[in-house]
Amino acid sequence: MSNKTWLSIDWALFTGLFTLSVVSMFVLYSAGDQNIALLTRQSIRIALAFVVMFAVARIKPEQLLRWTPYLYAAGLIMLVIVLGVGVIGKGAQRWIDLGIVRFQPAEMMKLAVPMMVAWVMVKKPLPASLPTVILGFIVVAIPAALVIKQPDLGTAILIAGSGLVVIFFAGMSWKIIASLAAIVAAAAPLGWYLIHDYQRQRILTLFDPWSDPLGAGYHTIQSAIAVGSGGIYGKGWLNGSQSQLDFIPERSTDFIFAVFSEEFGFIGSLLLLLVYLFIVGRSLYIAIEAKDSYTRLLCGSLAVTFAIYVFVNIGMVTGILPIVGVPLPLISYGGTSMVSLMAGFGILMSASSNRWFMH
Amino acid sequence: MADFEIKDVFRETRVFTSRSIVIGILMMVLIAILLTRLFYLQVVEYDRYSTLSKKNRISVVPRAPVRGLIFDRNGVPLARNIPSYTLEVVPDQVKDMDDLLDELGKLVQLSEYHLKLFRREVKRHARFDTITLRSRLTDQEAARFAVNRYRFDGVELRARLERNYPKNESAAHVVGYVGRISSRDLEKIDNSLYRGIDFLGKTGIESYYEDILRGTIGFDQVETNAHGREVRIISSTPSVPGKNIYLTIDSELQLIAEQALGDFRGAVVAIHPGTGEILAFASTPSYDPNAFVYGISNADYSALRDSLDTPLLNRALRGRYAPGSTIKPFMGMLALKSGVSTAKKTFCPGYYTLTKGGHRFRCWKHSGHGAMDLHDSVVQSCDVYFYDLAHHLGIDEMHDSLSLFGFGSKTGIDLNGESAALLPSRQWKRGAKDLAWYPGETVIAGIGQGFVLTTPLQLASATAMLANNGQRMKPHLLLAEENPLSAEKVINPSPALGSGKWKTEHLEFVRQAMVDVTDSARGTARRIGAGSPYKIAAKTGTAQVIGIKQNERYKESEVNPRHRDHALFIAYAPAEHPEIAVAVIAENGGHGGSTAGPIAKKVMDYYLLGKKPEKKEDPS
Repeated sequence: MSNKTWLSIDWALFTGLFTLSVVSMFVLYSAGDQNIALLTRQSIRIALAFVVMFAVARIKPEQLLRWTPYLYAAGLIMLVIVLGVGVIGKGAQRWIDLGIVRFQPAEMMKLAVPMMVAWVMVKKPLPASLPTVILGFIVVAIPAALVIKQPDLGTAILIAGSGLVVIFFAGMSWKIIASLAAIVAAAAPLGWYLIHDYQRQRILTLFDPWSDPLGAGYHTIQSAIAVGSGGIYGKGWLNGSQSQLDFIPERSTDFIFAVFSEEFGFIGSLLLLLVYLFIVGRSLYIAIEAKDSYTRLLCGSLAVTFAIYVFVNIGMVTGILPIVGVPLPLISYGGTSMVSLMAGFGILMSASSNRWFMH
Repeated sequence: MADFEIKDVFRETRVFTSRSIVIGILMMVLIAILLTRLFYLQVVEYDRYSTLSKKNRISVVPRAPVRGLIFDRNGVPLARNIPSYTLEVVPDQVKDMDDLLDELGKLVQLSEYHLKLFRREVKRHARFDTITLRSRLTDQEAARFAVNRYRFDGVELRARLERNYPKNESAAHVVGYVGRISSRDLEKIDNSLYRGIDFLGKTGIESYYEDILRGTIGFDQVETNAHGREVRIISSTPSVPGKNIYLTIDSELQLIAEQALGDFRGAVVAIHPGTGEILAFASTPSYDPNAFVYGISNADYSALRDSLDTPLLNRALRGRYAPGSTIKPFMGMLALKSGVSTAKKTFCPGYYTLTKGGHRFRCWKHSGHGAMDLHDSVVQSCDVYFYDLAHHLGIDEMHDSLSLFGFGSKTGIDLNGESAALLPSRQWKRGAKDLAWYPGETVIAGIGQGFVLTTPLQLASATAMLANNGQRMKPHLLLAEENPLSAEKVINPSPALGSGKWKTEHLEFVRQAMVDVTDSARGTARRIGAGSPYKIAAKTGTAQVIGIKQNERYKESEVNPRHRDHALFIAYAPAEHPEIAVAVIAENGGHGGSTAGPIAKKVMDYYLLGKKPEKKEDPS
């Protein structure tokens, strides 16, 4: 290993992530009514997340592979504990209180599940055979079911997604993929009856937000007005009237892209998407270059999961997806998912500095 | 790591790379979707969204629907909407709230209470929501504000419709009232249905039929100037008014029932036996629902809540009373059902004992009735006959058969909070009290004392069942719904609740005995029947409030007024073709025949003859 990589930093990836953090500061200043205290809190969070990333980046992939089953098992146990405490406390419970910090096992599972699935996949030669695929599904299903019980459908879907992506990368045959797709399509009407009323309402308002402009359609309409009125060049920083006049609810968190897009327009949005695309592309590249199948599968999953976050958030703000509580990665205010996200990038950086062919 | 199979490293890399290409293409597609959407919003539709947000702000303002009216069966209004001026504030448009309230206070009266309520609402709503500061402005106040309006950004004077109950105390327990949506309500309701609506039904029909009465909110897209004033309406979706409701109540009959109860605490329930329609549903004392509409002051509310007379309690629906002797006709049906001969006689020496020299269960007639058969025991209300009957039937048989009349369970009337009262059984006592059942408890249950409790509604419903040849109809208050725009009425059906499969000859026997209660020389309610142009089937009841010791005699004059016996009366008329069934309870009214009977008679007289009782009421 050369001296250049003693900190295990992938400079390309770091540049992308750092750019996002800077953008985040500017947008938050505007969205949060120019509140310096809010900005300070967020920068502390970002700094901590970067520290976590650097720390994880020091861990060698072989080490991660060895820890995988223990990490997964520990995550499962904590999910069960959280559920148990929730049952006793008669309410939704997602946290384990460690006194100083509160820990959310579901967040850890966002990493532990793809790791465990990759671990299972590489036990046998790839492409994965049917029994391995089935085992992979079981590994995904157990934590997903536990998280649904919390209940946190959104996180459960993301956790399941990150695991399924691994199976896909492992070469699950197209026949299985096609039959699964068919089953999902067939089960969709059933799902319509299983989901909650408010969830159904969110899907319906997607098609016609004006049917309930003050209720379910309010977010969608107001953020569409914000984005649309931004035009090509945007209204300029701190000049977004929709945002500044309080028309966009949750504009510092889930709907921050509406603020960004109103003030920086289509050009700004395009550039932001390119930054995201760059990060995802770089991550996939790292995955392809990784030195073993385990690292490859894991990094591929991390790249795709990150892309899903971005797509779901911007899709929801621009009104092509139903409203789900997914923040815009590294831009939205709040630190709940930032640590697990940045730990993921730490894994990618570790993979990058332990490549097959060091340049 | 134990690898038993040899891994083909290059094959594995190939698999991953090909899959990565698929993923890469998918990513491109997703990015393309987002960019297309952004292009559509920001370039293609830019003009539209730009106008929506530019210069003049466009906001969506909810328009509250007109709440449906409530009428009685003859179209007499029981709840209506009357216009009233309100002052409304949008906090977002106010620069200095304290200053604004100070200045406004010089123009219109703003009490501490209003201010407290207002500040609480401000905290609870979004800053751009409209919040009512004062309602029921006088004309002078409205005029004073209108002249000074330019000084108050974010304050609007609006003519709103206010709920009003023209009958005041009458039927208040049935109609109920609306009140401001409280934070506790917010947890229960779907918020999106209530944008712009400040009130919802809290009790009675107003609450039970909230969904029908409320209507659907509309919304206007309005252009507002820099001060937040509406400049013009761009587009508007009209609200849909709530449906009007016609109740089965006859408001005149209701008033007569309430006046007949007079100063008694008590209840009158009148039912049309063939349909289960509630004709009168009186509970006294009552309260004025208008006081609740804009929030009743704490002092006034505590006075109502803590009053010994519990005016807020709907006695007809929730009052639990020992039925006393009014249970006897139903016990009679049980006797016949289980095969007791109508000729069987029980000797009444004035008391009943289970064992020789044991506890004496007294008959109301201390000298005793002598040998009594079933008919005479109903007519003269002999307790000993029914003590003996109950003892032989047993409590579980009584429970199972009396429940066929609807005792011990809710009738399912369209009001919230109905009480099921209590029809005891061994199982119940074991579950509720963890005690064994004593034979003596069965004996007193036979005359409607002890654990047995009924609501006035249950008693009326059971009486209506006897009147309707054993067929029980579901008691209900909703006669029809009316669409206020098309004036189209939908009649509410009258569902049957199943019959107890009673034999016609048994029904006729008991019904004849009930007629003889008012129409024979020894009937306990012969004074009610005397001179009546229609025949009445009835049963009197007197329910003990306190226990009387073995060797004591109950003397009305010596007892605390609140410990006096409750007077009960059930009846239906005309006996041949019943059109009305009534249950009356006058708390601490003494004897059923002399107190509750005349009340029932007045109600039936009005309903069947159109005869109003003479104005002069006997102050009792």
